[in-house]
Amino acid sequence: MDFELIHNPFYQRALATAGFIGFANGFFSGFVVLRRNALSVSALSHTMLPGIALGIFLTGALSQWNAFFGAMFAALLVGLGSVAVARGNRVEQGTALAVLYTAAFAAGIALLPKLDTRQELEHWLFGDIIAVGNTDIWIAFGIGAFTLLITNLLMRPILLTLFEPNVAAAQGVPVRFIQYLIFALLVLALVSSLQAVGCVLSVGLLVTPAATVSLLTDRTSALFWGGGLIGGIGSVAAVLLSGTFGIAPGPAIVIVLGLLFVAAYLFSPKYGLFTQRLR
Amino acid sequence: MSETHHDSCAHHGYHHELVIKDLSVSYRRVVALEDISLATSCGNRVALIGPNGAGKSTLLKAIAGLIPRDRGTILWRGTTVKKWSREFAYLPQREEVDWSFPITVRGLVEMGRYPQTGWWRNFTPADDQAVDKALESLALLDLQDRQIRELSGGQQQRAFLARALAQEAHVLLLDEPFTGLDRNASHLLGDLLEKLAHEGRLVLASHHDLNTVPQLFDEALILSTRALAFGPVTEVLTPELIARTFYEPVGK
Repeated sequence: MDFELIHNPFYQRALATAGFIGFANGFFSGFVVLRRNALSVSALSHTMLPGIALGIFLTGALSQWNAFFGAMFAALLVGLGSVAVARGNRVEQGTALAVLYTAAFAAGIALLPKLDTRQELEHWLFGDIIAVGNTDIWIAFGIGAFTLLITNLLMRPILLTLFEPNVAAAQGVPVRFIQYLIFALLVLALVSSLQAVGCVLSVGLLVTPAATVSLLTDRTSALFWGGGLIGGIGSVAAVLLSGTFGIAPGPAIVIVLGLLFVAAYLFSPKYGLFTQRLR
Repeated sequence: MSETHHDSCAHHGYHHELVIKDLSVSYRRVVALEDISLATSCGNRVALIGPNGAGKSTLLKAIAGLIPRDRGTILWRGTTVKKWSREFAYLPQREEVDWSFPITVRGLVEMGRYPQTGWWRNFTPADDQAVDKALESLALLDLQDRQIRELSGGQQQRAFLARALAQEAHVLLLDEPFTGLDRNASHLLGDLLEKLAHEGRLVLASHHDLNTVPQLFDEALILSTRALAFGPVTEVLTPELIARTFYEPVGK
């Protein structure tokens, strides 16, 4: 490990961002795992690419705000579009989502050669956490704090809805509102991790931490706080290690989280593959 | 039999009556329920009987406030129920529930308290007591730390009933509670429903096994989009009516 780097302000910002995004998205991954919709998260993350491309295409410049709003717009459009199509009862929502997001992704790929900011665009596709500026930190911090606050305030109605929407509605929970809220927060969380890991890898941060915890414990609250800890610590460790191994920090974060998941899968005291064999 | 039930209910001194008037529900212009009217009171176990697609689940969901009604009113204890009532508890069909959800039996029952605690308030000793009492009366105290996915079918039903008790619900709306239960579990659940009704609750359950209706229920509503008959089980379950509802002779 290169300890000189620690004094570099870029590096410091990168570590802070990784830790914070890792925690906030790791916390949120608890909802993704409980809701069993990792696949739709993956679809939404791919949708952010055409969103960013469109943002640049329309404004002619690549800035954080263009990219953020483009990504958010596209994810909301495709996500809500799939819900609307599924309402017709003819096409199932997963099918609708797959159709819409691949079409949007294709449109994004078609649009890419027409943009002259391709070099920088790679930052958004795959993330470039070393390049984060102060604005990025504040955006990530703002979104993360907002998500944490809202989900903690509404933890009970959210859990009721995720567990059994009908029973929740019979208890007076505004189920429709909560479902849209979770979706909106999910899109926000995805967008906030763009700078760190890019749109394609953002799924890793939003699924893996709580998936790992779910192999270790049955406690619902642990999915959130444990997911946050694994996400935060894993991301910081990954950024620290990435230099040593000479790989980019974005992929390093998702690799480290993936390795932690595999370790839990194999060696979890309660549900591990090996530990169950030994019994 | 139903008279004694009414007595046990009356000693509470309340007017515990559920009255449904001209209830109609439709899904995308397809009429699911039309002009359903019935009046019953707590202490009763009411079976909703009818062929598949007759609207049994829809009626339960409409009473619970899960689906909007086109017309009609629901009165409980003399008050109009606009959308939902804390005194109603809905129990979905067992296969509709995600049993792999990581929650303990106690956690599930505690969810029943949320209408009382609201979204933020911590559990008070009174809340914990209500949860304990609910677990105890459904013989779940020993299982309270188990994950719900580890329960048998009958235990899963009881866990949801305990959740309804913790909520202090008076009207239990059960969707096919006996489906998939083995003989023992069915017996136990039948006894429990009788006990719950005797304590002054009103049980409404969709049920498809005509043979067991007389021993499990006091009243029956025969449903086929419209209400074909409603009344005490012995009066309603006539061979002619059943044949008309199901288009096939009674028995197997």
